Amino acid sequence: MEEATTPIEPTAAAAATQAEAAEAGHPAAAGAHEPHGHHSPPTGFIRKYIFSIDHKVIGIQYLLLAITAAFIGMFMSVLMRLNLTWPGHKWTILETLFPLGAPGGVMTPEFYLSLVTMHGTIMVFFVLTTAPQGGFGNYFLPIQVGAEDMAFPVLNMLSFWVTLVGLVVLISAIFVEGSTILGNTDFVNNFLGGGGTGTLGPIGGWTGYPPLSALGKIAGPGQGAGATLWITSIAIFCIASLLGALNFITTLLNMRTRGMSLMRMPLTCWSWFTTAILALLAFPVLLAAGVLLLLDRHAGTSFFIPGGLVFSDAVLPNKGGSPILWQHLFWFFGHPEVYIAILPGMGATSHILSTFARKPVFGYRAMVFAMFAIGLLGFFVWGHHMFISGMDPRTSIAFSVLTLSIGVPSAIKTFNWLGTLWGAKIRFTVPMMFAIGFVSLFVAGGITGLVLGQTSLDLFIHDGYFVLAHFHLVMGVAAIFGMFAGVYFWFPKMFGRMMSERLGQLHFWPTFIGVYGIFVPMHIMGIVGMPRRYASFQEYDFLRPLDPLVMLVTIAAIVTAAAQFIFLFNFIWSMFKGERASGNPWEATTLEWVTPTTPPPHDNFGGHLPTVYRGPYEFAVPDAPEDYVLQTTPDAAAGNVAAHAAGQGVQGSSGNGHNGQH
Amino acid sequence: MSTHAHAAEPLVADDWNGGTFPYHIGHKKLGMWLFIVSDALTFSAMLIGYSYVRVSSDAWPTPFAFRPSIIFSTVMTLCLLASSFTMVMAVAASARRDRRRARRWIGATMLGGLTFLALHIYEWLHLINDYGLKPFTLPAAWLERWPQASPLFGATFFAITGLHMFHVLTGVLYLGYIALRIRRKTHEDVEISGLYWHFVDLVWMFVFPLIYLLSVDFHPTGH
Amino acid sequence: MGRALGVLIWLLTIGSVWLFVNGRWWLPPYISEHGPAYDRQFLITIIVVGISFVAAQVGLGIAVWRYGSRGDRRERAVYSHGNNRLEIVWTAITALIFITLGLMGQRVWAQLHLNEAPAGATKVHVVAQQFQWNFHYPGADKTFGRTDPALVKDAELNFVGLDEQDANAKDDQVVTTLAVPVGRPIELTLQSKDVTHDLFVPELRYKQDVVPGMAIKMHFTLTKEGRFELACAELCGQLHYKMKSYLIALPANVYDELVALPQAQFQGRITQLIKEYPMGIKQGAATTAAR
Ligand code: HEA
Ligand code: HEA
Ligand code: CUA
Ligand SMILES: [Cu+2]
Repeated sequence: MEEATTPIEPTAAAAATQAEAAEAGHPAAAGAHEPHGHHSPPTGFIRKYIFSIDHKVIGIQYLLLAITAAFIGMFMSVLMRLNLTWPGHKWTILETLFPLGAPGGVMTPEFYLSLVTMHGTIMVFFVLTTAPQGGFGNYFLPIQVGAEDMAFPVLNMLSFWVTLVGLVVLISAIFVEGSTILGNTDFVNNFLGGGGTGTLGPIGGWTGYPPLSALGKIAGPGQGAGATLWITSIAIFCIASLLGALNFITTLLNMRTRGMSLMRMPLTCWSWFTTAILALLAFPVLLAAGVLLLLDRHAGTSFFIPGGLVFSDAVLPNKGGSPILWQHLFWFFGHPEVYIAILPGMGATSHILSTFARKPVFGYRAMVFAMFAIGLLGFFVWGHHMFISGMDPRTSIAFSVLTLSIGVPSAIKTFNWLGTLWGAKIRFTVPMMFAIGFVSLFVAGGITGLVLGQTSLDLFIHDGYFVLAHFHLVMGVAAIFGMFAGVYFWFPKMFGRMMSERLGQLHFWPTFIGVYGIFVPMHIMGIVGMPRRYASFQEYDFLRPLDPLVMLVTIAAIVTAAAQFIFLFNFIWSMFKGERASGNPWEATTLEWVTPTTPPPHDNFGGHLPTVYRGPYEFAVPDAPEDYVLQTTPDAAAGNVAAHAAGQGVQGSSGNGHNGQH
Repeated sequence: MSTHAHAAEPLVADDWNGGTFPYHIGHKKLGMWLFIVSDALTFSAMLIGYSYVRVSSDAWPTPFAFRPSIIFSTVMTLCLLASSFTMVMAVAASARRDRRRARRWIGATMLGGLTFLALHIYEWLHLINDYGLKPFTLPAAWLERWPQASPLFGATFFAITGLHMFHVLTGVLYLGYIALRIRRKTHEDVEISGLYWHFVDLVWMFVFPLIYLLSVDFHPTGH
Repeated sequence: MGRALGVLIWLLTIGSVWLFVNGRWWLPPYISEHGPAYDRQFLITIIVVGISFVAAQVGLGIAVWRYGSRGDRRERAVYSHGNNRLEIVWTAITALIFITLGLMGQRVWAQLHLNEAPAGATKVHVVAQQFQWNFHYPGADKTFGRTDPALVKDAELNFVGLDEQDANAKDDQVVTTLAVPVGRPIELTLQSKDVTHDLFVPELRYKQDVVPGMAIKMHFTLTKEGRFELACAELCGQLHYKMKSYLIALPANVYDELVALPQAQFQGRITQLIKEYPMGIKQGAATTAAR
């Protein structure tokens, strides 16, 4: 306590603060040098690996959950492509797998639509909102800020398990809708709205627009139990994300080790922080919307159901609700959500680019501001998903102009990535390849946001394949590339072994080419006018010229999907057979690379929390003995660095402008 | 800090440089603040949703006569306000390390909360049984008075006040837990429970005008 | 490795650009007055965006091509934390370009959405249902008959719930094809019986959600005769992909004759017109020049 230069006044409140801090094992109160009761590692398999409260184990659990979910989602996408390319073709294997959904081996349209819904939901929620934040964030945020664990370890464990329950509930829809036996049990009929319709879940898309999603069975197959389980799953997921977000923010604010000022944090930490803030503000709104939708479905209310609906000549009793209200609530969440998906990828990319470029991040400060600008603006553009929805056209104009301005901070980030690479000495490792891929794909996908964001142009391209192309490039692959980069980069720290470089390259090349092959042609389909969520394109003459492209996309998708098994194999194989990794195999600078053991010990730093002396990306410092200087290297040992970089950011000097020319 | 003398010792008395709590509050309190922020957004979503459907409806019933409804709900409001006051006293007592008093004041707070709950449930039952208000339909008499009125009156009323009631209930349980174990709890724990309680109160200060006062019946047709 | 990656990035860029410029696939021909303005704005945007795309990819390719490490452990990259002046310059330039683009992108929208349809516009009510389009014409009296959801009887072909007792309803026609005149402003009123649909005719350059509980108006003026596919572009359930109809753009006089017909002959005439008009813009027909 004495040595810490904490300015807490000795008031009663502060005393309590410190007592509390001691409970949570915070250095400020407890001193950095004693091991603490609850930080002695648990023994026994269950406490250690299953119901673990160690953020590192939880991080890996999240990662594994995401990988599993990603493969399920990917499998679904391949089925979708098969159906779109060879409509009516009999796939005997499908009949075996889904006797109801593909009678005779031909997919029914409702089966296709449930594939779309489940694919979108799984990918957005259970892949992109878990691994980047819950996985890598959980594992590395505490380490990178020099903490022993998260602020609320038990809450952390709960977040993971609640997320898993969410996934299980979602997946159970597949069985409840896909089996006549399960789907017709009393429980399903009375409480879930009836199942067994031969879909994999609801057919309302991942956006679940009411009234389609609010009316239950009469709205179509899969809209009974499937939709109930789907919305329940999302509500559960919201709670898990809220718990996680709260934990992340507290950890980052309160548990940074000595010397780790905000402006010395790695950009990954900034991105997890921003993401957590977005999640904290966006998920409660979705939660409220989800609860209201459930009430509409099961309590007879009509928040989202207007009056006078007619099904089979009968007028429904509901009255007074507004379908547009759901869209407002959903997109108020939905737009920030897409940034929740991409920001951690941006953070990882910045981190990895700098490490392998052997060069400090260009414009660190600008990167941080841009990230916050994206987060902030992200709350005011949700209406760009609703131009065509029938809301007031004047509001659309305001949303539209704000939407285009959100491209500015994104462009700043892109320029800074290029600036980081300029004059670098790039080491082309696999994580670096994926990080470079991220930049390429993010530009390709982000830039079409500027087309979609114009009210006038949305008149034609809304809800078509141009939109699909846009968001698959940014979200479907740029964000996923960020994750791949993260896996290859941090795997040595997480598992103590290197991933195979050769298999990694073998994974990268076909994936990079493949995703361009899948998603760039989708722009063209959108320009010709192809609407999304169509189970078949056979009904329309104007779509005929697109047949060759549809085929091209499918082939690319199959090749790309196949290449992912190289990744899976590499991941599992390296875990057991990979070459042993040293503590800092990439010669990187941040705190995760100075842990006493690899993987890090239970309390991360073996009882000695590190002290931080400089910014996160001190590469290529002139006169330093190595081309990288650890954040923990005291100035005396770092040669002449102090003159160049000491305390970069702490004094509020941006660091920009040192050596500005390159 | 100055820009020169620091090179060897960058550890300075700046709250934001790590190794300390920048807001001078522990994890739990910060966590509670963050929870409150997110919960506030859940309520905002509900209340904005309510305003949205209300504004876009052709007609909205305004059934709360000054007597007894508004008087009744004002009493409920006073209960909550009083409980906020007792909570302040509890925190003050706890700050003086007077745990016995703190416990008593918490008890009083819980009493306020429970009274609120009891009155609220009484009111719900009154609306449901005596008037026939349902989450999905309006009583026939109301429909006569306010033709074309939106059935969402019941839905929003029960959903929003129900969610709030749920918060009061969890608040009472939470306070009960703190009171029971007050000897093992720090002052900050008491403060945190107070934060939550004041938040629940504050939410009611939005619910009350929006749900009740905007639906006052100025021309009650006898009852 | 770096060189290979650089080349690959360029190749992918070239391939992507080729898909856009090869001339084989583009927007379908337009048939409405706002079509040319739409197409111009679309083209300008694609060019601006395309240039940024190519510039960024080329830059990225150059960086990975040029700045690979040679594996020498003594080598050092340039030590730079950035350049404030550069940051300001590129922020200002992108802000200028993006916001200009954004403002330009409101023109067509404002023209269509911030103005009412001119008085005397031809009116048709559109009533969507799972999975069918119904078009309700006011008939010779130009007044729509009363409709009521309670009167809907699909089996008796009363899809829109038309009140037969209403005097104004006597001459109303309801069919599943949209026939409208060329050269006159047209106002559609969109309503849905069940879930949200979306009226989409690619050649029209217009999409509009059809939301239950609302009567959304859209207006436009056609400039070309012909028959065009009309699709549903908002997920409405199982057979969303089959919810198809046609827009037939007729010369004004043909249209006037058509709407004068009683319901009994109306349907027959529409069937005949569908045959008369092959898909697409009618060749050789006099088109009203779009400015
Ligand atoms: C990770 C996810 C992600 C990200 C980051 C974005 C980013 C953006 N999105 Fe996207 N979007 C989605 C995911 C995402 N989106 C999804 C999932 C949907 C569909 C949902 C559904 O309906 O199912 C969607 C839909 C969507 C729509 C609605 C379309 C419609 O339904 O009609 C719009 C409209 O404005 C839009 C706009 C934007 C914009 C302006 C950005 C901007 O943030 C993009 C900013 C980036 C750039 C501008 C590129 C920066 C680089 C440069 C500019 C380089 C310049 C270089 C040189 C000149 C050298 N998006
Ligand atoms: C993260 C988001 C994500 C991802 C990765 C994908 C991946 C793919 N998507 Fe998906 N898609 C969506 C999100 C995503 N999609 C959404 C939100 C919708 C809209 C749903 C709706 O309309 O409601 C949609 C809809 C959608 C459609 C439209 C259906 C329709 O409207 O009719 C199609 C059609 O072809 C399609 C195809 C594909 C293909 C071929 C792939 C892939 O197969 C491409 C190959 C896969 C990869 C390259 C990724 C593999 C990833 C891993 C193996 C992860 C490993 C894990 C770690 C590193 C931790 N998608
Ligand atoms: Cu109607 Cu899709
Ligand atoms: Cu968006």
